Amino acid sequence: MTTVEERPHTGFGRTLRKEDVRLVRGKGNYVDDVRLPGMLHGALLRSPYAHAKINSIDTSAAEALPGVKAVVTGETLKGLGLAWMPTLSYDVQAVLATDKVRYQGQEVAFVIAEDHYTARDAVELIEVDYEPLPVVFDAKRALEPDAPVIRDDKEDQRDNHIFDWESGDAARTEEVFANAEVVVAEDILYPRVHPAPLETCGSVADMDPVTGKLTLWTTSQAPHAHRTVYALVAGLPEHKIRVIAPDIGGGFGGKVGIYPGYVMSIVGSIVTGRPVKWVEDRAEHLMSTAFARDYHMRGEIAATKDGKILGLRVKVIADHGAFNATAQPTKFPAGFFHVFTGSYDLRAAHCAVTGVYTNKAPGGVAYACSFRITEAVYLVERMVDVLAYELKADPAELRMKNLLKPDQFPYTTQTGWEYDSGDYPKALQLAMEMAGYDELRREQAEKRERGELMGVGIAFFTEAVGAGPRKHMDILGLGMADGAELRIHPTGKAVLRISVKTQGQGHETTFAQIVGNELGLPTADIEVVHGDTDQTPFGLGTYGSRSTPVSGAATALVARKIRDKAKIVASAMLEVSPDDLEWAGNRWHVKGDPEQGKTIQEIALAAHSSLELPEGVEGHLDATTVYNPPNLTYPFGAYICVVDVDKGTGAVKVRRFIAVDDCGVRINPMIVEGQVHGGLADGVGMALMQVMAFDEEGNHLGASFMDYLLPTSLECPSWELGETVTPSPHHPIGAKGVGESATVGSPAAVVNAVLDAIRPYGVRHADMPLTPAAVWAAMQGRPIRTDLAIP
Amino acid sequence: MQVPAPFTYERATSVEHAIELLGQLGPEARVVAGGHSLIPMMKLRLARPDALVDINDLGAELAQIRVDGDALVIGALARHADVLASAVVGEHFPIFHDAERVIADPVVRNFGTVGGSLCQADPAEDLAAVFAALDAVAVLRGAAGVREVRVRELHVGPYETVLAPDELMLELRVPIRPGGGSAYEKVERRVGDYPVAAAGAAVWLDGDTVRDVGIGLTAVGAEHFTAPAAEEALRGQPATEESFQAAARLAAEHCNPSADQRGPVDYKRHLAAELTTRALRRAAARARGQEA
Ligand SMILES: Cc1cc2nc3c(=O)[nH]c(=O)nc-3n(C[C@H](O)[C@H](O)[C@H](O)COP(=O)(O)OP(=O)(O)OC[C@H]3O[C@@H](n4cnc5c(N)ncnc54)[C@H](O)[C@@H]3O)c2cc1C
Repeated sequence: MTTVEERPHTGFGRTLRKEDVRLVRGKGNYVDDVRLPGMLHGALLRSPYAHAKINSIDTSAAEALPGVKAVVTGETLKGLGLAWMPTLSYDVQAVLATDKVRYQGQEVAFVIAEDHYTARDAVELIEVDYEPLPVVFDAKRALEPDAPVIRDDKEDQRDNHIFDWESGDAARTEEVFANAEVVVAEDILYPRVHPAPLETCGSVADMDPVTGKLTLWTTSQAPHAHRTVYALVAGLPEHKIRVIAPDIGGGFGGKVGIYPGYVMSIVGSIVTGRPVKWVEDRAEHLMSTAFARDYHMRGEIAATKDGKILGLRVKVIADHGAFNATAQPTKFPAGFFHVFTGSYDLRAAHCAVTGVYTNKAPGGVAYACSFRITEAVYLVERMVDVLAYELKADPAELRMKNLLKPDQFPYTTQTGWEYDSGDYPKALQLAMEMAGYDELRREQAEKRERGELMGVGIAFFTEAVGAGPRKHMDILGLGMADGAELRIHPTGKAVLRISVKTQGQGHETTFAQIVGNELGLPTADIEVVHGDTDQTPFGLGTYGSRSTPVSGAATALVARKIRDKAKIVASAMLEVSPDDLEWAGNRWHVKGDPEQGKTIQEIALAAHSSLELPEGVEGHLDATTVYNPPNLTYPFGAYICVVDVDKGTGAVKVRRFIAVDDCGVRINPMIVEGQVHGGLADGVGMALMQVMAFDEEGNHLGASFMDYLLPTSLECPSWELGETVTPSPHHPIGAKGVGESATVGSPAAVVNAVLDAIRPYGVRHADMPLTPAAVWAAMQGRPIRTDLAIP
Repeated sequence: MQVPAPFTYERATSVEHAIELLGQLGPEARVVAGGHSLIPMMKLRLARPDALVDINDLGAELAQIRVDGDALVIGALARHADVLASAVVGEHFPIFHDAERVIADPVVRNFGTVGGSLCQADPAEDLAAVFAALDAVAVLRGAAGVREVRVRELHVGPYETVLAPDELMLELRVPIRPGGGSAYEKVERRVGDYPVAAAGAAVWLDGDTVRDVGIGLTAVGAEHFTAPAAEEALRGQPATEESFQAAARLAAEHCNPSADQRGPVDYKRHLAAELTTRALRRAAARARGQEA
């Protein structure tokens, strides 16, 4: 037997990511790398107008361009019954516009040509006669009685209203507010932003005219859900559709939905009988794919004079764009926004959300938002600071006073969430110690004396991830449970097949580590197969930080099934009763006689051999499972941000960022830290520079990376990370998700820090992004409406 | 992927060849240097030249940085990175290093050129303000011969210069005079972003008196990227905070910024004053040898 020291890496802990071997060498295989014999290229014509009637489309010049194979318009699709497709929120969305265009960048026609250049040249030759219509560019304006009706395609739609949804006890909240000593209200905007993965969306469709089988390589975070939706929409038999999501260059929720371009590549392949590739460019991606947020909130917080928070309520106008295409569990049109009571012990809470149509792109649930928990956490963490401002209280002390206590878990919130586990004060205490909180406050006081602006911002968040229990959660009727299949080959190597799909999160490593931890197999010996519907079990895919909470649990449980089966095989090998065996991390041995044992590798070979197995035990060593989570998991964290603000220019420099995360048991701490790093950068970006603003004509003002700003290493400090570990009591390995924690928690910390810095100017709130201009305007007492074109 | 409309491509082997090609190919042909401004515009199909004349092989002729008599000469094909790395540039005019540090990002700086920056005539170009502050002269050559144009007279409007379609920018000549200091101040939303506003200043002192001064402003709608009224007012004044602020106020008044996602008009005007003050302050300190 090999000694422990010589054994290759097994189980949990830091280890290099398996996928990086190909990714760092440029040997990844993305959709745009797929090249098939005879492949044609598609390109979309998009609307330059945000709202306009289409009078006519003339495709003759485009069709006449040499190399063009076909030009498809909405009229062509109408004949096939494909002009509209269902969205994930039971609305419909135009595949190619027929009657009108409803946002700038909407898909109008599709050209298929011999090469990409010709397709793009032909797009310019299509002549569309548009009749511009008045534009709804502001969610608040959408509900005014004279606002133009965007969705006149829907029979009963007379306005731009989509839904009203509420959670919590309105009457009880009213009572708490009526009797409270202090009530503070604030209008808070979470502007429209975009996940902006570096890889844009695309697909290659190959409809085999002989077998009738469609193979679709596509940028999908949820290949199985996509396959089922294609089967339902296009009427293709599900077993004749194979969806392959190869390497994905970032998803962040933007690759959950189905876009017209994917559908058009399929239509193109059916029409031409050849494979068709469609890959959008950066501007198309930023203008038309799933945006995030756009929540216009009015928050109110009630408290006692000495800072005991009593209640919280919020009214939201949610801008869903021109089609309601948000991706979230069906029962929750505002996603998980109603977790907005955050990490505090409240007497009452109520939220009311109204969804509206505007002349902007559809989407809304993306950018690592945990189904709108970004908005929820931002609201509560801003409101707590607004309260601190009014009470002249220290924001850390105020939080400490109101945080849930460890003995309150499991805790049911005023809006019905059951938080599984946590020690909140411990996390905040640790963050404050790491930051040197008291010292920072002393430094700030000295600086203020000298007229210098420095701010310290705190955010405490509770996440709710791992959707979810089937009885509460489905998307388009598909329950949110995920399968896993594990097969141990005769030589003891393993292949794990999972339904979730990495977009950079490192599933191929983490999931191998989970199997390794359960069976004592080296990480390197476990192949993780994912992203191909012909190769993997059904499941709803990766978003909402659900991979580890759901599929991670499935993986642990399927490995335990193998372990149980291995025990029976081992008992036959050792000729003892299974009850006499004991598991020792990587082998079964006879209780009290460790020498007498068999490793999982030895057992695997025996399971495939001629060894006589007990009655009822099948040979080989494989298992399948489906995991239906009993509850969500609730990661949490305490973040502290330190900024310096240039008084003369309003420019903000993030000096330090301390992030204490508790995501339960950490499978690979390096990957966890990577996820946190990325999310913190997201937070700096949203807080300080990112926004998709629109002008009065509905023009998108952020359609390139020169206009839609992503933070760089120079805007990010060297992150200071800390951890506490409170295992999830209901998850097989005690893990909680971490993919979105930092994106959820960090924007509020940065904004709170900036507002703390400019507190001497009497500023209580200003909206993101806090660009130098926005900070300066706030200091002048004239905050800017950041989501509209700057006047 | 964004792709440009069709065009033809020629590679010049000498300055003469480039000018000849431009003459042959006509007014719809364009020079391509670093390509970092032109090619993105072509991909967005905002620019549609029929032909490109690539001058990247002309480094020996066009990419030199040297002192020639009483002038610092920077070749039009010198890359941003070359300017940033040049000790002789830093020794005479630290304003270049201030500015180059905050122009774009290393990838763009490795290829983008000084000549391309000036010929692009983007109203937010940083180097336009730098060369204007230093009152540099651009050397141009076309079929008709060589001519010299003050950078302050090079730009006729946004994205428009006095260059004829067949003219090539060869180099920039910056007069070296004793007793000077220079500095550049920029506010950007993020590193690599074009400026929200930026100001450059060059100051020549006689003791504590401002003998001469050059002020360059970009992204704030300053005519020809300069502030002549402010310069005029500051000449002969004591080099003090008060006179810097007074000049900066004048500079800001003569700007004509437009509102966009980088900020509203009043903010940009405020920055014009704030950054001009800061640049003058630092330039004067350097003239006194007080700061490296
Ligand atoms: C991401 C990004 C960020 C940027 N940020 C900044 C910034 O912060 N500040 C800033 O000032 N700039 C910025 N730039 C612009 C950058 O400085 C460019 O490199 C520069 O504007 C153009 O130089 P080029 O050599 O690439 O020119 P090209 O793109 O090759 O040419 C630009 C124009 O100049 C003409 N031209 C070029 N050379 C000559 C010549 N010798 N004679 C005659 N005509 C010529 C071309 O025909 C063309 O019309 C940025 C660019 C990018 C891509």
